[in-house]
This record gives sequence, structure tokens and C-alpha cells, in this order.
Amino acid sequence: MNRPANSSIHHPGTELYDMGLDDIVNDLAVPEPELAGPKPGVLKRLHRRFSVLGLIGLVLVVFWLIIAVIGPWIAPYKSGALSSVDVFAGSSHAFLLGTDYLGRDMLSRILYGTRYTVGLALAAALMASLIGTFFGLIAAVSGRWVDEILSRLFDALISIPSKVLALVVIAAFGSSIPMLMGVAALAYIPGAFRISRSLAVNLMTLEYVQVARARGERLFYIARVEVLPNMIHPMLADFGLRFVFIVLLLSGLSFLGLGVQPPNADWGSLVRENIGGLAEGALAVMMPAIAIATLTIGVNLLIDNLRRRGGRGQGAAQ
Amino acid sequence: MKAHASRLIAARLGLALLTLLIVSAVVFGITGLLPGDAAQQALGQAATPEAVTALRHQFGLDQPALQRYFEWLYLVVSGNFGTSLSNSLPVSQLIATRLPNSLMLAGLTALVSVPVALFIGISSAMFRGSLLDRVLNVLTLSTVAVPEFLIATIAVLVFAVKLRWLPALSYLSEVSSFGGLLRIYAMPVMTLCCVLVAQMARMTRAAVLDQLNASYVEMAILKGASPMRVVLRHVLPNTIGPIANAVALSLSYLFGGVVIVESIFNYPGLASLMVDAVTNRDMPLVQGCVMVFCAAYLLLVLIADLAQIVSNPRLRQR
Repeated sequence: MNRPANSSIHHPGTELYDMGLDDIVNDLAVPEPELAGPKPGVLKRLHRRFSVLGLIGLVLVVFWLIIAVIGPWIAPYKSGALSSVDVFAGSSHAFLLGTDYLGRDMLSRILYGTRYTVGLALAAALMASLIGTFFGLIAAVSGRWVDEILSRLFDALISIPSKVLALVVIAAFGSSIPMLMGVAALAYIPGAFRISRSLAVNLMTLEYVQVARARGERLFYIARVEVLPNMIHPMLADFGLRFVFIVLLLSGLSFLGLGVQPPNADWGSLVRENIGGLAEGALAVMMPAIAIATLTIGVNLLIDNLRRRGGRGQGAAQ
Repeated sequence: MKAHASRLIAARLGLALLTLLIVSAVVFGITGLLPGDAAQQALGQAATPEAVTALRHQFGLDQPALQRYFEWLYLVVSGNFGTSLSNSLPVSQLIATRLPNSLMLAGLTALVSVPVALFIGISSAMFRGSLLDRVLNVLTLSTVAVPEFLIATIAVLVFAVKLRWLPALSYLSEVSSFGGLLRIYAMPVMTLCCVLVAQMARMTRAAVLDQLNASYVEMAILKGASPMRVVLRHVLPNTIGPIANAVALSLSYLFGGVVIVESIFNYPGLASLMVDAVTNRDMPLVQGCVMVFCAAYLLLVLIADLAQIVSNPRLRQR
């Protein structure tokens, strides 16, 4: 018998982007003839694949990814250097984004922090997606009991709100970089599991999978060759969303003082450190917050765009 | 004739209890078994091994893990979460003093956010593809991606620092009149509403659109029903289930959101109690808070499931 693809408990956030068919239909209203003859220029092709908002998202994401890699090299000061006696200074030539509560250069602090925010979240999102997809595939291809047990287990994990789960683990193990990465991954594995499982369960009912089964292929082969390649695209979109949620989770933890510990700082800790400058509206507290917002909004715009426009190429598969 | 529905409800209830049981095992596993141990922590690094052994015996830490789990579970079921390590009050008493505050905050937030979100979601679904829909889409997409602490800090900056309309911190003792209530709750509720409304509106929109694509809607339009009538009389009754689900999911997000909001505004609720407990590594208190959070989450999901069953005549009358 075929199993239901969805059960009662959903992961908060995963439904947010169920835009439905109509958006794809909407976008199709813009005529898009396949150009014959000379190949369209790069700009034109970009424009065809991305809306203006999607392009803004792409630029923001690429920008922060590059900063995450080269940030420490282009930073004008060392991360912890006390470079000014003036605390919470405004923007000046020497300090483009002002100084923080100890008189450190804010631009350098943010550039160094990018590695923690982006890098940690990227690693955690990767772990969550890989592990979740792995178990989702196992649940979908193997027998009823394995599926039932895995589903119950991950449903239980889902019912602990991610921030609360993170707090429990930090209470038990303390806060360190590997621990933060682990806990963020742990909190979002169940979501990835649910999505990959329901995708795989739907794929398992298709004819070519039935044929492969009838041929006598092993389960591992079916999972790897028949099912996995067909769920890559939605899983990539899901990966982007998971990344956003993890960025928000980790910076929230850092904001509470339970995330990345001083002297290192991600953007969340930077907001926390400089919260004293809030009354003066200091740049030091606004800039890291803006950095977080631009990163997450950028990813969201990009994913939203990819889902709508990407639906066209792959639409038939779903 | 309602045997089917009541069987469904019973199954859901059993599932929720099973999930809660698994959650309790996970929480106990993380907090009680893996890390060093509570006796060593209570006595500090300088304690003699004899003293640690004696305290371990007193705490019952020398018993087998499974036995400790079942003893703990028995106590939890009877409402006894143990004693807080940091101020030696019963955990259940601490939770009981804080829970009403959190419920008040959550209740007010739900009261404000649900109608607003439903209005936004339904109207953007009705006018899909219009400028209004697109603007709302980008607006909600961006709000979902902004961390709560950013919204909260901006709110403090604007309303407490610049305009001086509202106090930056919540002191519940000052609540004496409706105006006082408004002043205390305005900012926390507003912060929570921002993200919540965005999430809920997106899910509501998706649910309504899902129905708008159904063939009975086409039939109604062909019959000549006005768009207003189609949405209000034909579509809405069919979306009660999905919308209830969306509302429950978004409200469950509250449990994560309050963690940040309560600590920013120094609001004496359950979540700030838990953050303090995590900072002090007060395990019994952490365990108690998590169990309350998870029970509340499961209760919400259960209510949504029931709403779905009750609002669906096919399930109700078979």
C-alpha cells in the first residue's frame, strides 16, 4: 500500500514557500519565446532566469559569500585591535562604520564575523540537509516499520522548538563552535527528513521505480540512481531556507550570549555587545543587525525567485 | 455515525502522547545522561572524590540510567519536576508563577496577529498577481527573514528612546489599568506579531489559493457568483482545516520567538526563566521548561488536527 506523504505535524516554515501553481502561471504570462538564431547575451539570459528582486537576492548572497572568504584579508584592522579611544563613534574616514563599545573598528569586526555567521550556518545547513535526506531516503525505500520508527522519532524532535532544543543542548554541553554547528544541524535535520521523505515516497510510486524494483534492483541502487537525482532540485531550495533559519537561530543564540563566545563574535554577538549604544542610535548596533537582515532577505528573495522560475523547467516532474 | 471521527481523534491523541514520551526520553537523554554529572557541578572542581560520591548517591546518580529515567518520568507525570539547583525552590512552583505571564503574552499576540494575518492572506489570495499581492509577498518574505531581536531593538529605539512613548522594559507590577496594560505589552506583542503575521499570512494565502484552483470554484464562477461570494461562501469553509493548521504552526513559532523577546524586554515569562536556567546550567529547571514548551506545542497541533477533522464533513459524517 502507498503511505501518506504528509502526516499531521509539519515543520514550521517549510510551508511558507508553498506558492502554489498560480505563481508559475502568473509568471508565464510574460511571453518568453525561445530565441532562435544568435545566442542571447549574458545579461539577457540573467534577466530571463531572474526577476529584479531575484537578482537583488543573488547579488546579496554572492556578496556575503565572497566576504566570508576574503573578509579577514580586506579588514582594515585586526579583529580585536583597540584602535580608537572614541567609543560608539559615528562614521569617519578611519572607521567607515564607526567604532564599538571598546573603540574597535566596526567594519573589521563585521568582516571577521561574517566567517562565523555564514560559515557556521552553511556547515550546519549542509549537515542537516545531508543527514536528513539520507534518513528520508532510507525511510522511503525500506519497509513499513523502519519508516514508522524513523518518522515517529523525527516527529518527536520536531515538536521541540529549535531554539528550545538548542538551549537544552547548550545547557548540557556548554557553547563551543562545533557544538553550535551540531545543535543547529540537529534542530533542522527533522525538517529536511520530512521533506526528503515525502518527495521520495511520491517518487517511489512512479512507474520507472516500479520497473526498477521488478528488475530486481537493490534498494540502495533504487535510492541512489532512480530517486535521489529527481529530488535534488526541491532539496536545494529547501537547503536555502534551512540556511536562513539556521542563521536566525545562531544569531539569536549569540544575541542571548549563548552562541559564539568572546573574543570571537558573529553578527548576533556584535549586536549584543553593542546594545548599550542603542540609546544613541550608534552605528555599531545597527550595522551588524542590517548585515543579518540583508543576508537572510537576500537568500529568501533568491529562493523565492528560483522556486517560481525553476518550477518551469522542472514543473512537469512535480 | 461518528465512530470514524472519534477513532481518528483517539488516534491523534495517542500519537501526541507517544510523541511527548519520546520527547521526554530525548530531553532526559541530553540533560541527564551524557554530560559530566550534576554532583560534580554542584560541588565545583575542588570537591573531594568522597564528597562527590556521597552527593551522587544522594541524587541517585549511581543508579542505572534506565531506572533513573523511569523514576524521573514517574515524578514528571505526577507533576513533580524536582528542585531547582540555583534557588532550591520546587521547579513546578517556579513554572507555575511564570506560566500565566507567558500565556498572557501569547494570548494577546494571537488575538492581534490572527485576524490581521487572515485578512492579509485572504485578500492577497483574492487579488493574486496584482500589485497588492506582489508587494505583500515581498514584505512578508522579508519580515520572515528578519531576526526578532532586530525588530525588538528597532522598536525600542523608536518608541522608547526617540519618542519616549513606551517603557523599554516590562514591569508587570505596574499593570493597574487598561492604559498601563497597553504600555507594557505594546512592544513585546508588536515584535512577536511582525514575524508571526508574515508567516501566517503566507500560509493562509497558499491554503486559499489551493482551493481557488479547485474545479468547484470554476463551477461557482461559471454560475455567475460574485468573486466576494465565491471566496466567502465557497472557498473559506473548505480552507478552515488548512488555515487552522497554518495558525497552529505559526503560533507554535511563538515558543521560539518568546525566548528572544522575553529576554530583551526583561519580561518575567517562562522563556526568560529557561534562558536563566540555561545560563546557570540548572538542569531540573531546564527539563521542566522544555517539557512544558513541548506539551504546549503538541496541544496546539492537536487542536489544529481536531479543527481539521471537525470542519471536514467527509471525515465527520462517515
